[in-house]
Amino acid sequence: MKVLIPKSKPAKGAVGKTGLWRTSKPVVNHNKCIKCVICWAFCPETTILRFEDNSVDIDYEYCKGCGVCANECPVNAIEMVED
Amino acid sequence: MSIIEDKKSLSNVKVVTANEAVALAVKCAKVDVGGAYPISPQTSIMEYLTKYIETENIPMEIVRVESEHSAMAVAMGAAAVGARAFTATASQGLLYMAEMVYWVGSSRLPVVMAITSRAMGAPWILGNEHTDVLLPREWGWMVLFPEDNQEVFDTIIQAYKLADTTLVPVVVGLDGFILSHTTMPISIPDQSIIDNFIPKNTPKPYALNTEDPFTHGNAVHSNLYLEFRHNIFKTIEDSEDLVDEIDKEWSKLTGRSYGGVIEEFLLDDAEVAVLVMGASSGDAKEAAKKVREKYGIKAGVIRLRSIRPFPVKRLSKIAQKVKAIGVFDRNMSPGLGGMIATEVKFALYDLKNRPIVQSYIGGLGGKDVKIADFENILVELKEMVDGKREVEKVKWVGLDLAAIEKFLEEV
Repeated sequence: MKVLIPKSKPAKGAVGKTGLWRTSKPVVNHNKCIKCVICWAFCPETTILRFEDNSVDIDYEYCKGCGVCANECPVNAIEMVED
Repeated sequence: MSIIEDKKSLSNVKVVTANEAVALAVKCAKVDVGGAYPISPQTSIMEYLTKYIETENIPMEIVRVESEHSAMAVAMGAAAVGARAFTATASQGLLYMAEMVYWVGSSRLPVVMAITSRAMGAPWILGNEHTDVLLPREWGWMVLFPEDNQEVFDTIIQAYKLADTTLVPVVVGLDGFILSHTTMPISIPDQSIIDNFIPKNTPKPYALNTEDPFTHGNAVHSNLYLEFRHNIFKTIEDSEDLVDEIDKEWSKLTGRSYGGVIEEFLLDDAEVAVLVMGASSGDAKEAAKKVREKYGIKAGVIRLRSIRPFPVKRLSKIAQKVKAIGVFDRNMSPGLGGMIATEVKFALYDLKNRPIVQSYIGGLGGKDVKIADFENILVELKEMVDGKREVEKVKWVGLDLAAIEKFLEEV
């Protein structure tokens, strides 16, 4: 019998669109953002999108809405709002 | 062929405990990595191995860790990169290790683990019992159970063959203290025989590889998990013949055969038989001979060597011949029966003419079980066949409720 090894390769969204798990979502206030990218560094699911000028946005397909980014932002530029 | 007749290999005879037999087999299997955490009665296995590393410079790495959980994690990590891995534990240690044991089983990593059987607390206890050895049969492992020190050595070697072939890890159980701390002569085959029997270059589709990186056991959705479990189920179910074949192949090389999944003792004409595992089988065999002499009862012994795969095919054949099987369990499933008796009944239920199956529970926590107890079992089975005695759900051997009441009164 062919042996099934439970192996997997790194891939984006290997266990599906985790954005569906979210109950509240982070929203970036670009007027307040100082482009420090602390949110990008802290996001446990790498769903902060970082652009060339260090501005950021959220990948809502995979963001689980944990709120770590909002908690870590030093200028309160990220707000959690009901999804 | 007894080791005394085997003059050619007499120079390779050593007088050792079963724990040292395990360590010698691990050395001969050229195991690469072991995880070590002490627990009685297993501790000396890893101690012997560290001695071989110190004195003989064997190319094995032993990682001394802080718990059994980590000991199995070491074995898992080693196996995951394609190394040959080993660890050993018992009793409470196995319970603490349990999470990693399950991970190894379901990751299809061919680790071999020795479990020196021991009962589990409470109350705190060191004595022999088989419940711990049997637990991994539900955790995606094969489970083999040898009878004496020579067979312990041989079964460790066979376990690597079985694991490498099926990619299912294997537990080798051995009776704590009764074997683990008892010396017997064993014959060690030439190293070239072992090297050819269990080559290290078998296919390793699970082995991690930096050229083509992947991970083990990442999350899956519920629509895929059942299929992985089914695959493990079928692999173990289909391995009954393989255990027989490995035993035959080993016998051609060494002259020692143990009957594969089951050793059949005096079963050709047997009317009643006791089914037993491990060291007590010797007592059961003596009892079978005695009741034949004393009462003319055609008695035999079914020695269960392989618990996973469970030998449904062989047992069904034996069940066509005998009229009653007494399953002696040195373990129990609380409130139901002996664990093996339960499985024997499951295996035989679909037969048209199935024998009586009587569950006996005894020897828990190392309580002595004597030849006379097995004689009594065989006589009772004959009475059941003759309709002179009722079959009961469970019969207890050596149960002394008056003694325990007296003990608690005095506390």
